[in-house]
Amino acid sequence: MDPETHLPLPEPVVLGGGRDEALPAVQPLEGKPASLPLTDTAALVAPPALEVERLNLWYGAKQALFDIDLQVRKNTVMSLIGPSGCGKSTLLRSLNRMNDLVDSVRIEGSVRLGSEDLYAPGVDVIELRKRMGMVFQKSNPFPKSIFENVAYGLRVQGEKDRLTLEEAVETSLKGAGLWEEVKDRLKESALGLSGGQQQRLCIARALAVRPEVLLMDEPCSALDPIATARVEELIFELKKEFTIVIVTHSMQQAARVSDFTAFFWLGKVVETDLTEKIFTNPTNRMTEDYITGRFG
Amino acid sequence: MARHFDSELKGLKDGLLSMAGMAERMIDLTRRALLERNSALVDEVNVLDEKLDEMELRLDQLCIDLLALRAPIAADLRLIASAIKIIPEVERIGDHCGNICRRAKMLNDQPPILNGDYLERLASETQGMVRRAVDAFVTSDASLARAVISDDDKVDNLYQAIYRELLKLMLSDPLCIERASHLILVIKNWERIADQATNIAEEVLFILEGRSAKHTYLQERN
Repeated sequence: MDPETHLPLPEPVVLGGGRDEALPAVQPLEGKPASLPLTDTAALVAPPALEVERLNLWYGAKQALFDIDLQVRKNTVMSLIGPSGCGKSTLLRSLNRMNDLVDSVRIEGSVRLGSEDLYAPGVDVIELRKRMGMVFQKSNPFPKSIFENVAYGLRVQGEKDRLTLEEAVETSLKGAGLWEEVKDRLKESALGLSGGQQQRLCIARALAVRPEVLLMDEPCSALDPIATARVEELIFELKKEFTIVIVTHSMQQAARVSDFTAFFWLGKVVETDLTEKIFTNPTNRMTEDYITGRFG
Repeated sequence: MARHFDSELKGLKDGLLSMAGMAERMIDLTRRALLERNSALVDEVNVLDEKLDEMELRLDQLCIDLLALRAPIAADLRLIASAIKIIPEVERIGDHCGNICRRAKMLNDQPPILNGDYLERLASETQGMVRRAVDAFVTSDASLARAVISDDDKVDNLYQAIYRELLKLMLSDPLCIERASHLILVIKNWERIADQATNIAEEVLFILEGRSAKHTYLQERN
């Protein structure tokens, strides 16, 4: 206290009683850290489902990913954001070894799904991809019936039992939030569905083989706002059973659907944190500039 | 990359500064109306109070529009969220000035009962806090904002001291009870203006650092 401005205090005049000491103490809110009211607390303590360590990737002589370290926790949604060409989709395709299909690609580092190193010699890539469903930017239903689209993965695996297939198709379509809309026309061509329905059909197709992780590469970029909202609601539901990694160019989508966000730039991870933190108070200046549209 | 949004945010900041400038002018007039016993200044305070109310409505709408149409995030979001809280604080300062002036008008017609130094010190400490809180906002100065928050204790102590003086006066001379009652409300209004300055400083810290500066005892306890 500044003695210059402090008046000499006269003796206090007490009128009546003081504070009521019998008032019960206020209990702090339990369950969530007070500073992150929207963060799913379970996400903070979930064990890792997918771990990327020092991943480097080259297309020929050109390096596209640099020392990527990333951990995706079980039953959470991780958004990968960043400008075009920053390596988000390249990383996504490295997670289920789709980049193996590119001739000039060279990869170093490790990606672990549970305890298994996906790039260890002798890994059965087909088996691996069953554990990692993928949904692409543009819906790509096969020119077959709705039923056959969803049953396709199981048939490829050799499943022939009609009842098993029917059950799997129904469960998957329900999981993708499409069952009520198509249950009476399962034999009709999938190409007759709307864009949003086709994308949810592709999600159902991915779910049918019961993957552990769902990789989504801009799954809503070709959808209208209503279809987008449905897919986003679906993502929220799906994370109860699956771990989801989503590449998106929509900041609002990343903010709405994901628990964690990783910001990529020029093939590097600039910042990874809780989505709530990234979108309210990012640590890195570059992240701030990108998400607020000041980049470049 | 320059954004159109930046000029809209600047519009919001300028609006806030304009409101704060008006509030500071009202504080100055109020102080003079009370200390110089000049009731003629009260009318100007009332005119400014109405302007402040109009500004509040305009800036409230601007904040809602920015939230709805620009979907701000990170520092932009913190600025707008804090502006929504700072705007009513500034408007309340205007209300408190109006309240003080209303009572000053009544007090000015009667002989003084309290040493003017007491009120002078309370008013000047409070005025300084508001000025520094606004400066902290303009210059993005976190340490200045922290200083404002700690200065609040000084004003609280002054308020307590004057309050006790007034109680003593009332107990010793029942004829001054009415004037002392007005003065108790006058000093309460000054003390509340200092609280408003503190709240503004807390919002400035939130804008700058992204962490709430309110109720820090809860964080200390955890």
